Amino acid sequence: MKSLRTVLETGRLVVVTGSGGVGKTTMSAALGAFAASQYNRRVLVLTVDPARRLADALGLESFGNAVVEIESSALTRNGTPPAGRMFAAMIDTKASWDELIARCAPNTDVRDKVLSNKLYRNLTERFVHSHDYIAMERLFEAQQSNDYDLVIVDTPPSRNALDVLDAPKRMKEFFGSRLLKLLTTQAQSRLFSLAAKPFFLVADRILGARFLTDITEFFTLFRTMEEGFVKRANEVEAVLKQQDTSFMVVTTLESAPLHEAEFLIDALRERGFSLNTVIANRVTSKELIEQAQDALAKLEASVQDPSFVQAVVKATEAVEPTAGQISRVVSTISRKSAEAVRKGELEHITLEALRKRSSDSQAELCICAISGAEIARATALVALGESVHPA
Amino acid sequence: MLFVTGKGGVGKTTFASALASFAASIGKKTLIVEMDDKGALARSLATTELQFAAREVSPNLFAMSMNTEDSLREYIRLFVKNPLVNTFGPLAKILDFVANAAPGVKEILAVGKLCWEVREHNYDIVIVDAEATGHIVAQVDAPAILSGLVQVGVIREQTKWMQEMLHDKATTGVVIVATPEEMPVLETMQLLDTLHNTTNVGVSAVVANRVHDDVVQGGDVAVFNSLWQAVQSNAVPSDAVEALRAPMQLLNVATQRRQNEVGNLEQLVARSREGGVMFMSLMDIDAHDHDVVTSMTQVLKDELQ
Ligand SMILES: Nc1ncnc2c1ncn2[C@@H]1O[C@H](COP(=O)(O)OP(=O)(O)OP(=O)(O)O)[C@@H](O)[C@H]1O
Ligand SMILES: [Mg+2]
Repeated sequence: MKSLRTVLETGRLVVVTGSGGVGKTTMSAALGAFAASQYNRRVLVLTVDPARRLADALGLESFGNAVVEIESSALTRNGTPPAGRMFAAMIDTKASWDELIARCAPNTDVRDKVLSNKLYRNLTERFVHSHDYIAMERLFEAQQSNDYDLVIVDTPPSRNALDVLDAPKRMKEFFGSRLLKLLTTQAQSRLFSLAAKPFFLVADRILGARFLTDITEFFTLFRTMEEGFVKRANEVEAVLKQQDTSFMVVTTLESAPLHEAEFLIDALRERGFSLNTVIANRVTSKELIEQAQDALAKLEASVQDPSFVQAVVKATEAVEPTAGQISRVVSTISRKSAEAVRKGELEHITLEALRKRSSDSQAELCICAISGAEIARATALVALGESVHPA
Repeated sequence: MLFVTGKGGVGKTTFASALASFAASIGKKTLIVEMDDKGALARSLATTELQFAAREVSPNLFAMSMNTEDSLREYIRLFVKNPLVNTFGPLAKILDFVANAAPGVKEILAVGKLCWEVREHNYDIVIVDAEATGHIVAQVDAPAILSGLVQVGVIREQTKWMQEMLHDKATTGVVIVATPEEMPVLETMQLLDTLHNTTNVGVSAVVANRVHDDVVQGGDVAVFNSLWQAVQSNAVPSDAVEALRAPMQLLNVATQRRQNEVGNLEQLVARSREGGVMFMSLMDIDAHDHDVVTSMTQVLKDELQ
């Protein structure tokens, strides 16, 4: 097990997983910003679809594949300039596919034919989990280039969070599949293949012969890129298993994301990926819960005191509250915060179970406290990343 | 026919279930269809695993789980009328072919089944627990997309009537569910644009789900804020202010979240002029999925009846 700080200081690649809506993207950006400010490293954060505010905070204006460097002034921490540099980029599936085809095509003729094929766009959107494959592709690119010391990738929202890791394997399987062979067999020999005959008869009937020809043409072209794709997929798989590649699972303490996180923890370990960090995000601070609990006991004892009411009147005199308003507001505060205390306590029981689960899997459980504030500037990201601490 | 969509996890299955339960409760013969085969619909309806063949899970409420292979089987039986099919070996093999290699075919097999149920008047209303925002256009507009790619063949012949049905706003509509957070709202607005600009499919409703209550309301807001300021600045120190600090800090997360929500909801309401936005509050989050559906069905009864 490596601590989160060690991962950020010495790791080469961090893959951030978790179910949708838990704050994966924000966490990737925050840890990247913190790493760049703290360590003398060039950090790249690759993200799928950042929230507008987060994109603004990072200065990501163009929704393309271009890498943007975050201004160093934005990464300044307590007046100290950053030790490293931070870069951010978004994964644009369409543009990435075109680049990939261009690279894997054996010649420009094939490349142009594929790129202009009517079915190409439609197909790449659908088959073999194209978003997932592209995310893996970009990660590999970035990791191989010598431009960055640390690459943090935020995985795309998938039906199954592991789909993304299986994408290279699936791509290889696709090239080896009987389906592809069947499709790309010469039309002539098809006639002689008894097994394939009823298959094509039905397919012709349903889809029309012309469509079938279009598809066949496309896959015949696509097959010429087999070598490039398979080689690439193998390399991507190897990188994921490398020593300095580290996996991270992000979750909140709500039941659905937590289930997914538990599933991921087990699945990553089973597949031999090195999971070092589990992050519980949006956790209510235990200290605050305890303080509120103490305060609530006092509050209950003193709400009826005239001196208490007077003090509240004095504190809010600018808005000239009525007695009714004061008592309503104070009772709302105590009722709702008591509710929050109760929820917070339950959260910490859940957290304890997650800690055990993580350490059983040789991973460090870290906590990121909940905050109502929004991330509006990169400096807020640095602070958020710094605030992530072991449970 | 209503397609319920939205970003992952926002409550599509829950809302679709509530809507279907409501429809059934007012006497409509209702079919609800799970498209993603995750089993969440069965949980929401508190019933056992769903099959391709619809089953009446409660009075007037029929439920099924979409399955492309069964759909293809039915499709071939109904439309291809090819005796070869019966002698045809493993159907999974053709399925592999049509579903994976030919764009839009998987979608059309699923949507075709839905359209068929509507055309045959088998139900009064069909509610679809549909694909998430990113894939819904490919699903609901599959016939139009496919007809652009296929020139002949049985599928081509079939796309026309389906397209007409899906583009008829009196028959078909999309219901978009969003939580009042930045990304789901953004995705909803993008989807409204995409549906409007690139398809002829209509939007029936936008639902804001899991909306939190205000922490304080009306005239109390000013008092609450002023007190929060006093607690933070500690300009007028007192035991009372001291005792209110931690509880108010704890509530601060909720008030700020609510503030963001209000901003996001304003944007959503401004954008979805026609039909407006329906609000669904956050129910008890520890409840079972089916209990949430029950509460939501009650809200629909109160609102729509
Ligand atoms: N208004 C609500 N109040 C409380 N809980 C809710 C509410 N709406 C949905 N939920 C809960 O949120 C969870 C996710 O809801 P649901 O399964 O309906 O989402 P979904 O959009 O269908 O997800 P997916 O994209 O995974 O299919 C469920 O546990 C459900 O009970
Ligand atoms: Mg669902």
